[in-house]
Amino acid sequence: MFGENFNARKLQTINRRMFILGAAKITIFTGIFLRLFSLQINDNKKYLTLSDKNRLREWRLPPIRGEFVDYFDNIIASNSEVYQLHVTPEEVENFRYLMLRLKNILELSNREFKKILIKKKKQKSWETIVISDNLTWEQFVKVNYYLYDLVGAKPVISVSRYYPFADNYTHILGYVSEASKEDILKNETIKNHHVPGLKVGKTGLEKSFEDLLIGDNGVERYEVNAYGKRIKQIDYKEGEQGKKIRLTIDTEIQKLSNTLLKGVAGSISVMDIYTGEIIAMHSSPSFDPNLFLFGISQDDWQLIRNNPLKPLVNKTLSGLYSPGSTIKPIVALSALENNIINKDFKVNCTGKTEMYGQTYHCWKKEGHGIVDLKDAMKQSCDTYFYEIARKLGVDRLKVTANKFGLGEKVLQEVFSNEKSGLMPDTQWKKKKLGEGWLIGETLITGIGQGYTQTTPLQLCLMMAQLANGGHKIYPKITVNENDETYEEVKSLIEKNYKINKQINKGLNESSESLFSFTKEKRHNTLYKNFENIKLIHEAMFASTNEVRGTSYSSRIENPKYQFAGKTGTSQVKRITARDRELDLKTSEIAYNDRDHALFIAFGPYKNPRYALSIVIEHGGSGSSTAAPIAKKLFKLIIDRHKLREKVKNNKSLKI
Amino acid sequence: MQYNSFNSQLTLFQKLKNFDFILLTCILLLGIISAFSMYSTDGGEILFHSKSHIIKFLIFFPMMIGLSFFHIKAWHFFSYIFYAVILFFLFWVSLYGVKASGSQRWINLYFINLQPSELMKIAIITCLAKYYHRLGFEKVNTLQSVMLVMIILILPIMLVISQPDLGTSILIAASGLVVIWLAGLNIKYFLYSFIIILISSPFVISLLKPYQKLRILTFLDPGRDPLGAGYQIIQSKIAVGSGGITGKGFLKGTQSYLEFLPEKHTDFIFTLFAEEHGLIGSLGLLLIYIIIIYRVLKIGSISRSYFAKLFCYGFGSSIFFYVAVNMSMVLGMLPIVGSPLPIMSYGGSSMLATMIGFAIVMSAKINHKQLIS
Repeated sequence: MFGENFNARKLQTINRRMFILGAAKITIFTGIFLRLFSLQINDNKKYLTLSDKNRLREWRLPPIRGEFVDYFDNIIASNSEVYQLHVTPEEVENFRYLMLRLKNILELSNREFKKILIKKKKQKSWETIVISDNLTWEQFVKVNYYLYDLVGAKPVISVSRYYPFADNYTHILGYVSEASKEDILKNETIKNHHVPGLKVGKTGLEKSFEDLLIGDNGVERYEVNAYGKRIKQIDYKEGEQGKKIRLTIDTEIQKLSNTLLKGVAGSISVMDIYTGEIIAMHSSPSFDPNLFLFGISQDDWQLIRNNPLKPLVNKTLSGLYSPGSTIKPIVALSALENNIINKDFKVNCTGKTEMYGQTYHCWKKEGHGIVDLKDAMKQSCDTYFYEIARKLGVDRLKVTANKFGLGEKVLQEVFSNEKSGLMPDTQWKKKKLGEGWLIGETLITGIGQGYTQTTPLQLCLMMAQLANGGHKIYPKITVNENDETYEEVKSLIEKNYKINKQINKGLNESSESLFSFTKEKRHNTLYKNFENIKLIHEAMFASTNEVRGTSYSSRIENPKYQFAGKTGTSQVKRITARDRELDLKTSEIAYNDRDHALFIAFGPYKNPRYALSIVIEHGGSGSSTAAPIAKKLFKLIIDRHKLREKVKNNKSLKI
Repeated sequence: MQYNSFNSQLTLFQKLKNFDFILLTCILLLGIISAFSMYSTDGGEILFHSKSHIIKFLIFFPMMIGLSFFHIKAWHFFSYIFYAVILFFLFWVSLYGVKASGSQRWINLYFINLQPSELMKIAIITCLAKYYHRLGFEKVNTLQSVMLVMIILILPIMLVISQPDLGTSILIAASGLVVIWLAGLNIKYFLYSFIIILISSPFVISLLKPYQKLRILTFLDPGRDPLGAGYQIIQSKIAVGSGGITGKGFLKGTQSYLEFLPEKHTDFIFTLFAEEHGLIGSLGLLLIYIIIIYRVLKIGSISRSYFAKLFCYGFGSSIFFYVAVNMSMVLGMLPIVGSPLPIMSYGGSSMLATMIGFAIVMSAKINHKQLIS
């Protein structure tokens, strides 16, 4: 046995060293204490936020899109219930198994199946994949029945756009389809509201009013665990439907326009000549926008795309046509306004006129004989207009044409595809083509050929502003809270008319200040002398309602419906001497070489209220193809007027 | 004089009276707190972990009291054998051990999967305490003694590292070194070995497993891979930090409840506790550990035998290491090495080892006047 051999030194050492160790322990525990203090007191807020960020996740619900209604509150773009199937890959245990099950249940084709697999690879695992955005009721029931076996698949009842009037509103409303990357990047509003599968406007008003229509997302806030699995719902905020937008369009007239243009390429525009409300605006041929909602099939798409009548083009706004004789009222007005001619100015039409060795033909080979302004308009005598255009010059013509709305977008930025057309003058030619203006070009501009290019809606506006007595109006296609009523416009117009009359009486440059004052006003006068406007009205009346008028055969004698109009036949191709000899009938010419048929009109003549323009592409002559359509339209337009008056004060939108 | 104090014949009542009730209360308190924490990790239900933990505590705590009645001389006597048996187990493990999650640490004893490396934390202290108890102070710094001690220490460390289990081997090394230090080994040896470690560290690092290297890199910058290796540290800090002063409340720790916390039963139990009970709770827990350590050191200071003194000092310091390393780790002050919090963490072997340690300390308290020849 050992004795007690731990001596004093041994004890001394252990106690000294234990003391040192103890001091070290106190230091380290103090360090831990300080660390706890700094984490739990100083940085508490920071870590609390991080902890919430960990555990709370928000799901945005798709917003419900605002509806479109026509002037009478009929829904023309609605939201219908659709059944969809969504899958979030990160919530799925075995994605391949799920997909194979779904493929069986939904009877997906191999192509669709592969498409989904590719989509999954491209996306982040927490992004939802829309397996199908439009299940049939049978499929939806089936998926719900097998749901226990489809972990991660979510059957969703969603809403989708529906266009009850199918092809009647296609070019006005456009259509919606799934938002592309570009849509999201370009539009901040879409970016802020985006959820997978969100449909946004691709063309037309659906696109223009996207910001109003899109609505507000509902939000579901969930507590999730570390794997992103939803544990419980913490918060729910209901979304808000987008704004309802009321159009000025009358569906009945729109439908008739569609019917009247069946089978031909062309367009019809109808406008209230005071309020500027567009009553109908149709481009033919049209197509069913409902086809685009869930991705158009390749066959349907090819059919639309390859149609030679070009259904994808909105001809009312982006179709550019030579106005032909429909520009003659403006040419005549310009000549009268500039005092080049008076109403008694006469020209002897021999069927052609010569200028620097070039022959310019009247449409009537034998000539019209001696014609005055009224006769020339009535019979659309080209020789007469060659003569006054020569005297007037293209620059002065352009000023008048511009005033009445040619060469300028009618609805400004409402439609992204609207074109501004072209009203040429000498400066334009020099700038654009680098050449001097030729006098011969003035002559053909005088009968609406040459460089001049107009859209059907421009012609309609021009007609409307002539019909309302020569006052500026502001065309619109949507009803807004602060719109001027017909009465307000009418009284403003009358006031402007009176001021203008006083200026004419005084006939002084001193009253120029008063004149400029009226210029700033809305609905200012576009003419100098009202008598000139009246002359044009009378000439157009004669053109439709007097014997030998170009649209005499389309007249309506009942004064309630009686309208005045001007036909136009615009050449697509230069007429050669040989063509003149052959003098073929329209049906004998190749489709693409046939003339465009145009007609502009306003009515009722006694107390005008509506103006319209009709363009039939390659339709032959305006008097035979376009004017008869106007006759049918005017009957309905006037009949619908009373109904329109009844609902015109429905400014507050019913939702 | 010598024989007067050789009073091994204490009555049972005297022994009970000599119990350290403060220490006992603290251990019991820790057991209760750990039971509730485990209940919370199971999401507010008594499931596998909480049930198993509570049962283990209910077995090992009375066992500790029972073992306390063993005389300190008996502990002294069995010290070498204890060390030898555990060392043998470590060999056994390296050959026939049960594998789990990439390491081979356990012996299947049918009723329990024993982790001998945990028991080695205690065995190394008893073994060295006995060695120095018998060694004259003048011999502590002889080459022969230093070499022998090195072998005693390095043998188990190498075996545990090869399992691989870096955390436990570090704690075994720390426990052993602190006993050697207290026994009076010349400071120059510590300095030399420190320099050797520094020089050999590049070589050692190259031997580390990729996941161990990653842990060190992650410790230096937890943000470098927030969803990968840094995830544990970041989530742990978020949990502790979001607890605030009073905590989120019992069973309301969202970080652990929603499974953002890794290994919340074992190494990260303190994180869960700090999240649910805040600064007040975590300081309370820290205080219990400080009292325990203080009591153990105090018993060491009143012990008359050098063996008991050295063991208590060594064991008290070991508990300090466990607590300090674990807390520093979950608070992001040290890299993640597997190191449980005594009693609190889930794990039978760790609890068993700690309870054996406490039993020896309690025996030292009961027999504190006892000298060992």
